[in-house]
Amino acid sequence: MPRTDVMKQKGLTLVDAINEGLEQEMSRDSRIVILGEDVGHNGGVFRVTEGLQKIFGKDRVIDTPLAESGIMGTAIGLAMAGMRPIPEIQFEGFLGPAFDQLTNHAARYRSRTRGAVTVPLTVRVPVGGGIHAPELHSDSPEAIYAHTPGLKVVMPSTPYDAKGLLLSAIRDPDPVVFFEPKRVYRSFREEVPEGDYTIPIGQAKVVSEGTDLTIVTWGASVFECLAAIDKMPEDVSIELIDLRTIYPIDTDTIIQSVQKTGRCVIVHEAPKTCGFGAELSAIIQEHCFLHLKAPVQRVAGFDTVMPYYKLELEYLPDSKRISESVTQTLAY
Amino acid sequence: MPKKTAYSAQIEYIQVMDEHGEVDPALARGLLEDQEILALYQFMVECRQLDEIAFKLQRSGRMGTYPQNKGQEAAAIGTAYAAKKGQDFLVPCYRENAALFMHGLPMHYVLLHWMGDERGNQIPPGVCQLPLCIPIGTQMLHATGIAWAFKMRKEPRVALTYFGDGATSEGDFHEAMNFASVFQVPCVFICQNNQWAISVPRETQMNSETVAQKALAYDMPCVLVDGNDLLAVYKASKEAIERARTGGGPSFIEAVTYRLADHTTADDARRYRDPKEVEAWIAKDPIIRLRKYLEKKNLWDESKEQALQERSKVKVADVVKTAEGIAKPSTDDIFDYTFETLNAELEKQKRTMRTSSLGQDPNQIGLSATEQTV
Repeated sequence: MPRTDVMKQKGLTLVDAINEGLEQEMSRDSRIVILGEDVGHNGGVFRVTEGLQKIFGKDRVIDTPLAESGIMGTAIGLAMAGMRPIPEIQFEGFLGPAFDQLTNHAARYRSRTRGAVTVPLTVRVPVGGGIHAPELHSDSPEAIYAHTPGLKVVMPSTPYDAKGLLLSAIRDPDPVVFFEPKRVYRSFREEVPEGDYTIPIGQAKVVSEGTDLTIVTWGASVFECLAAIDKMPEDVSIELIDLRTIYPIDTDTIIQSVQKTGRCVIVHEAPKTCGFGAELSAIIQEHCFLHLKAPVQRVAGFDTVMPYYKLELEYLPDSKRISESVTQTLAY
Repeated sequence: MPKKTAYSAQIEYIQVMDEHGEVDPALARGLLEDQEILALYQFMVECRQLDEIAFKLQRSGRMGTYPQNKGQEAAAIGTAYAAKKGQDFLVPCYRENAALFMHGLPMHYVLLHWMGDERGNQIPPGVCQLPLCIPIGTQMLHATGIAWAFKMRKEPRVALTYFGDGATSEGDFHEAMNFASVFQVPCVFICQNNQWAISVPRETQMNSETVAQKALAYDMPCVLVDGNDLLAVYKASKEAIERARTGGGPSFIEAVTYRLADHTTADDARRYRDPKEVEAWIAKDPIIRLRKYLEKKNLWDESKEQALQERSKVKVADVVKTAEGIAKPSTDDIFDYTFETLNAELEKQKRTMRTSSLGQDPNQIGLSATEQTV
C-alpha cells in the first residue's frame, strides 16, 4: 500500500510500521501466511493487518475460528511443513489457551528431534497496559516466555525498531514471540525507511548516553523512563537502554553500561517477583559486582493481579516512581 | 407449524474379516490381493515381536518406560498401507509403531526414543512423519497444519494423524477437527479406540455412544470399523485418503480395538480391568484372524509360521543390537539444538558443563575478577 500523506510528512506509527513490514515481507516470501482471530476482513482488532487480505487474498490472510490453541497448533504444523506462518494472538491474556502448543511444542521441536524438525514461527501479540482495556487485556508476560528454552522474545518500543525486528523475526529459523506494546501503537510517529532493513534479534539500544546511572527497560516503559530523565537535574547524566529483545539477552550492552555508571535501575510493567528485572539484576551482580556503587533497583508492576483500568496507571511504573528510584540510587 | 428434522445422521460400522478369518466377499472385493495380505501378516508378526522384546528390555532394565502396541497392529498397518510412503505424512501419538516402520522409520529409532535418547526422534530425511507425541491430543493440530500447507501448495498429499479415545476429550482435538473441517484440509483423523485411557474406560471417558459421532459436529465424514480387522481398516482408510487427496476434505475413522497390554510398563492394568474382558479381546487379536484366513487359503501353515518366528527373532535381535550399540550422546547435544545458532549464554553454559565442576563458569560468577583484586 502506498504511504499516505500523513505518513510521508509525519512518519509512521508502530501500527503502520508493522503493517508495512508484513506487507513487504509477504510480497517477498510466498510462504508467509497470517492467521488469527479477525485479522482478515477486519484487519485485526488493532488494525495491524488492515488491508492485507485485500492484497494477498483470503488464503494468505486468514480469519480462523476463535481458538488460540488451534491457531498456534496449526501454525506449528504449517511451519513444520515449510510455510512461514505469522499467527496473531489478539491479546497477551489469551496466550493462555495457546501456552501448551507454544511452550511444549513450538519451543521444543528442534531440540527433541535433534534438528530434524524446525518451527519457524513469528507469533504477534499485543502486550501491556495503559489503554483502559478490559480484564486480561493489559498484562506483561514476557518473562514467562523468556524462561522457556527454545523461544526468542522481542518487544520493540518504536516504529523503526518494530519494522526492523519484525523482518528479523519472520526470517528467523526459530519461533519468535513478537510482543507489540499496545500503549505505543499510535502514541507517536517517526521516520521509518520505506525499504528493507533489519534489526538483529538480541541487540539492545542505547537510547541516551550517560555516566551516572543506567536505566534498563523495554516496551512502553521506555517513554516513562524518558519522562523521568527529563525531570532530573541537568547535572545528572543517565544512560537509558531499551532492551528491544528480551531473549536472547544483550548482556554485553548492559554490562558495559553498568561497569561505566556503577548504578542501575531496571523498569518493567510486569510483576516484580521473578520478573525479567530479576534476571537482569543477577547478571549485573555476576558481571559488575566490583563496579557497583549502589544496589540494583527495580521499578516494576506489583505482585498482584493487574488491576482494572481505574487503577492501572497507579500500578504501572510511571515517571514519578522511576525518578524516585533513580534519585535514591544516586544518593546511596 | 409442524416440527422439522434439522439434522439427522447415521454412522456405518464396517467389518470385512471376522475373528475366525471369514471374509465378506462383497466387501472384500478389489481390496487387497492375498499376496499383499500375506506380506502384511508377516510384517504384523515382526512388529509384535519387537513390541514383546521392547517390554522385556524394560523389565530387564535395558530400556525406560515403554507403552506396548500389542493388539492394535491392524489399525496401524491398515491405515498406513493405504497411504503413500514418502508422500503422505504420518502424525502419530505412541501406539502405532507399525505405521511408522511401514513408512520408513528404522525400527531402532523407537527403541532409542524409549531408551531416553532424542536421536530416536531425529526422523531421517525423506521419511514423512513426526516423532512420537507424548502429551495427549496435541498432535492433531500439527497434522491439520501440515495438511493445510499441502492444500495451500496444491500438493496431492494427505496427513494422517493417530490418537486414542481419551484424546478426544481434549480441547485440542476439537480445535483440530474444527480447523480441518472449516478449511477442508486433506487430513485423516484416526482414533484408535482401545477402550482404555490408562485406567479410565471409554464409557467413563465420554457419554456418547461412539467416538466417531464427534465428527458429525464438524460435518466430517466418519465411519466405525473393526479396528482388529486389517481389511476393514484398509478399506475405510483408502476411501478417506482418496477423498482427502482429491479435495474432499478431512475424514474421521474410529478403529474399535483393544489395548491388550498395560498402558505402559509403569502401569498394572490388573488393578482396574476384568481379566475376562481381556480374555475376550485376546480372541479377537488381529494376528490370529489373519493367520486363520491365510491357512484357509493354504497360504500359511505351521512350518511357515515357525520360520517366520525365527526370522523375526533374528531381525528384532538385530534392531535391539543397533539401538543398544549407539553410544551415549555428548552433553553438547543438550545445547546444540536449542536454536539454529546458539547465543552467547548458551555457548557459555555448554562450555561450563564440560569444564567446570561448579556448574558455573568461574569467569561468569566473577571469581577471576576477585582473584585479581585480592
